[in-house]
Amino acid sequence: MCTLEKRGDLFLLTLTGDDEHRFHPDTISSVLSLLEQAKSQSTRGSVLITTAHGKFFSNGFDLAWAQAAGSQTGAVNRMHQMVESFKPVIAALFDLPMPTIAALNGHAAASGLMFALSHDYVFMRNDRGVLYMSEVDLGLPLPDYFAAMFAAKIGTSIARRELLLSGKKIKGEEAVALGIVDSAAHDSVEGVVDATVSLGQSLAAKKWNGEVYASIRKSLYPGLCAMLSLTAKIAASP
Amino acid sequence: MCTLEKRGQLFLLKLAGDGEHRLNPTLLDSITSAITQIRSDPSSSQSVLITTSDGKFFSNGYDLALADSDPSLRVVMDSKLRSLVADLISLPMPTIAAVTGHASAAGFVLAMSHDYVLMRRDRGFLYMSELDIELVIPPWFAAMIRMKIGSPAARRDVMLTAEKVTAERGLEMGIVDSSYGSAAETVEGAVKLGEELVRRGVDGHVYGGMREALLKQVLHTIGSNESVSNRMRNSGSKL
Repeated sequence: MCTLEKRGDLFLLTLTGDDEHRFHPDTISSVLSLLEQAKSQSTRGSVLITTAHGKFFSNGFDLAWAQAAGSQTGAVNRMHQMVESFKPVIAALFDLPMPTIAALNGHAAASGLMFALSHDYVFMRNDRGVLYMSEVDLGLPLPDYFAAMFAAKIGTSIARRELLLSGKKIKGEEAVALGIVDSAAHDSVEGVVDATVSLGQSLAAKKWNGEVYASIRKSLYPGLCAMLSLTAKIAASP
Repeated sequence: MCTLEKRGQLFLLKLAGDGEHRLNPTLLDSITSAITQIRSDPSSSQSVLITTSDGKFFSNGYDLALADSDPSLRVVMDSKLRSLVADLISLPMPTIAAVTGHASAAGFVLAMSHDYVLMRRDRGFLYMSELDIELVIPPWFAAMIRMKIGSPAARRDVMLTAEKVTAERGLEMGIVDSSYGSAAETVEGAVKLGEELVRRGVDGHVYGGMREALLKQVLHTIGSNESVSNRMRNSGSKL
């Protein structure tokens, strides 16, 4: 389902298997547990790189599992459960005491895109994979912390409209132009992973204090972090 | 510590001498006193402020060595800079920072507290150094950065990658308005811009009020400071 590997300073979190890596209560729980593990093992110079196998980075919540509840109310409850239990995963990424980089091997949709955007740096491929907020097409309302993420991380109202309201499937080159990802200059999965490893190593070389790093990250996104119940651990002083 | 010169309708405030112009209590008081002098000038609402510096540094931030020797001075410096920045935000005239040297941390914030940032491109950088020296960034610094830097990626580059931002990168990020080939050319550029702004004949009091409205969120995070607001109320508004 997912693994955590250590390569020197770099923690590599991988969503394994050739499936859509949908977020289901079990995957959510596993990812959270691995993030907690990375946090507990972090030292100066640690960096997290998150990637996945196959055609998908993640295609969002497990809607089939929600439908399998067998009733409208049941489905709604299961959706609600996934939305609520996913919030701590996002919070854990914003709280992580090290730089974080998402290496998108393929498509990132809905909560899968949220997961990607929760990283400090996002790289994708230019040959494969789209970013897609499917909610508008599926008739699903957007959870409050999803909307807050878009306000925090995506700078222009045009980009936010294209993603959230137009339900556009955005490829690498356009994603860079819209300021959604940092780089899409990679035409293979090896290319994007190598580039993130390279960035990871240069960030690791700074040997930053992880707690200070996390505090500064949280002060970059105060609205979103308040919604995730995250506060800076270190009191600011001149 | 800082000198104040008047050239026609332009006030030239210079952080003087060849040092790092660290924002210690003495320098902060000196700058604040110059601003008070500017405010009390009868033609202030038809003027322009240009802030610049001598030497390699615009300002290298707070005096951290001083704070290490006396931790209570941390609070004093922060409080004085908040007051000064609130003062600059309400100043009834356009303000231009002619960045002729490195501006780090609080020094970067001081530059950003001006309406226009002009910078030399042959050397020098803007740098939020905190991450590299293991300090967190005060929320009001982050509020200024959010106000003045539009792109989330650029804000991240400044605060979380601690990028040393050259004039060229500053132009790309929208932090810097224009760049020049040398320190002298930067000041010349500021003077030209200042003269243009004077020629437009804007009412400084209206201008200052608009700037305050625009930067309301930043002022809010800086926190209400009674002595600042009292001083501003008494500074001879026409209304």
